[in-house]
Amino acid sequence: MYIYDDHDHTILRQRVAQFRDQTRRYLAGDIPDEHFLPLRLQNGLYIQRLAPMLRINVPYGMLNSTQLRTLAHITRTYDKGYCHVSTRQNIQLNWPELEEVPDILAELAKVEMHCTQSSGNCIRNITSDQFAGIAEDEVIDPRPYCEILRQWSSFHPEFAFLPRKFKIAVSGSERDRAAIQVHDIGLQLVRDSEGKTAFNVYVGGGLGRTPVIGSLIREALPQEHILSYLEAILRIYNQFGRRDNKFKARIKILVKAMTPEVFAEKVNAEWAHLKDGYNTLIEDEIARAKSYFTEPAYEVLDDGEAQQALDAQAAESVAFGKWLQRNVRGHKQPGYAAVTLSLKPTGVAPGDVTDKQLEVIADLADAFSFGEVRTTHEQNIVMADVKKADLYALWQKAKVAGFATPNIGTLTDIIACPGGDFCSLANAKSIPIAEAIQRQFDDLDYVYDLGDIDLNISGCMNACGHHHVGHIGILGVDKKGEEFYQVQLGGNAANDASLGAVLGPAFKSEEMPQVVQKIIDVYVDNRNGDELFIDTFRRIGVAPFKERVYAKAS
Amino acid sequence: MPKLVKDGAVIDDTWTLLEKPEGEPAEAEVPTGAVIVPLSVWQAQKDTLAQRPDVGVWLDSDETADQLGEDAAHLPLVAVNFPVFADGRAFTTARVLRERYDFQGELRAVGHFIRDQLCYLRRCGVNAFAFADQSINLEEAAQSLHDFSEYYQASVDQPLPLFRRRAS
Ligand code: SF4
Repeated sequence: MYIYDDHDHTILRQRVAQFRDQTRRYLAGDIPDEHFLPLRLQNGLYIQRLAPMLRINVPYGMLNSTQLRTLAHITRTYDKGYCHVSTRQNIQLNWPELEEVPDILAELAKVEMHCTQSSGNCIRNITSDQFAGIAEDEVIDPRPYCEILRQWSSFHPEFAFLPRKFKIAVSGSERDRAAIQVHDIGLQLVRDSEGKTAFNVYVGGGLGRTPVIGSLIREALPQEHILSYLEAILRIYNQFGRRDNKFKARIKILVKAMTPEVFAEKVNAEWAHLKDGYNTLIEDEIARAKSYFTEPAYEVLDDGEAQQALDAQAAESVAFGKWLQRNVRGHKQPGYAAVTLSLKPTGVAPGDVTDKQLEVIADLADAFSFGEVRTTHEQNIVMADVKKADLYALWQKAKVAGFATPNIGTLTDIIACPGGDFCSLANAKSIPIAEAIQRQFDDLDYVYDLGDIDLNISGCMNACGHHHVGHIGILGVDKKGEEFYQVQLGGNAANDASLGAVLGPAFKSEEMPQVVQKIIDVYVDNRNGDELFIDTFRRIGVAPFKERVYAKAS
Repeated sequence: MPKLVKDGAVIDDTWTLLEKPEGEPAEAEVPTGAVIVPLSVWQAQKDTLAQRPDVGVWLDSDETADQLGEDAAHLPLVAVNFPVFADGRAFTTARVLRERYDFQGELRAVGHFIRDQLCYLRRCGVNAFAFADQSINLEEAAQSLHDFSEYYQASVDQPLPLFRRRAS
């Protein structure tokens, strides 16, 4: 994991001091609300429906046990003892006091964490693949590049007042687990024809009220040019992105209006000025960044032996076997596996975790996974480097702590934004809908047999719950002051990304569990063998689902 | 006389700023004395105005540095306007004027920017700050110029990004 040097610490300390002074001046009445707004947003602080919300960055999802314990301490001391893992891998506090935010930032800075640009019209936290560095299908580890980008984007003097927020995601594997095509910029690490590290650059993807899949505007950009190329994109956007209408201000609208081809030409023309300048990455820097993401001290293990022992344990315990199947995945290192701790047991808001649980995760990380974990955009926690021989022991501890629901990737591993319970922009609640659906599908064996299904819920069209790319997407809408839910089918966030199609008129909240049940019934009736939900949907289309869901009761 | 912050000090502002003309820019009357004219007036009357040593040009936020282009190098002053503080186009305009068009004169922010933008503006090459709001305490505001003393990025004030300085 990256470790701060004196420079990093100095910069972050100065940021905390700056915000402390800004908060002081605001509370003294010297800064009007309107001017304080972007200042607090760029330090992570929203004013929500019930209280402020503080969004803490987890750069590309990496956390160590010290940071987890600090987060536990912060949620206990400054909040109500729990926090929320967001769909952008960040951690959110729901009840901090404005007056105390500078102190929280100072505590975070001590463990090399921050809320810098976690909100506001600026470059946001860089997100990536939760299995970076360990995935079997990885081409290039994205984390060193994410860290280079984190530094480049933090306190960037030119791009702090963009037309709108700006999100960058990086993937380095064959299978895209970072949903790069629905980001303002998506970067795919590849090897060019000579085997050198390069980036495919996608631009103008995004969810929200106008969902768009990003356009590939540059193939195999040599790695040393990434910063200057990104500056060229940001510069075009900063100058020509719309500022007259908040809802048309994202880069996707600009790219669409110009067409991706013309946009790419403009970027290239700008880049011609910037290329080969001081922003060109040097070998030393790439090597320095990589030096923080070397392999941990893996033991040399016999994978076959470890697997055999595991199979025997799984034969003994069906529950353990299911957990292995759903919550554990392969690892490029023989004898090791990656474990996902589920933050989606029924009855808990998806992604919520208590102070005590954070401490348990820290202990588990220290005991089983080199002291590190990752947050995922599906709102779970990954322990990346667990010995297969330790899996049974870890499972037992995870069960006690409530993290062992064997539902990763299934229907009940629901992605949900905070929705109307917390968010002032919401049209409708999301958490109770998630819970009602989880209760409807409380038969674990049944859910398990259904296989991979992404069900995503957003409380409004800002789409924080990524409903457009859920196989089943649910969107809260407001009809004359009443909460309704629109259903979309066929979205997908992976490489063959697609946006869901609206099923039809929206439903009342109490109808939702039955609606999802009917959708699943149609799938089960039409499924060929082990066919995945998304594949069945793509094969049979939306019509049979529509028919069943809207069938008049006879 | 109005005041402004220039190179960190509070001084008298000896320039007047000519608003955008309602009629034809070619016919706009440019007063004598140090004056900052809108880009449209500069473009329309460049031949005569270029003879004067006391004419500067201001760019509105929807005008780019490229529109002034090579002319910048010969001007004593260029101003970038903030119609509202959240309109961040001036940051790019300033940087491009300094880095691409080699503008060496006074680069001034005018309009509705706020004190808390000073450090980033300075990094982008702005060295003078004329707040629209004359009630602002400029001595206090100038403290925000140096909110940071260390930076990651290359910019006008520090052309070497931190990674190049780290390496040396
Ligand atoms: S999708 Fe809407 S309701 Fe949900 S968190 Fe985002 S803004 Fe709030």
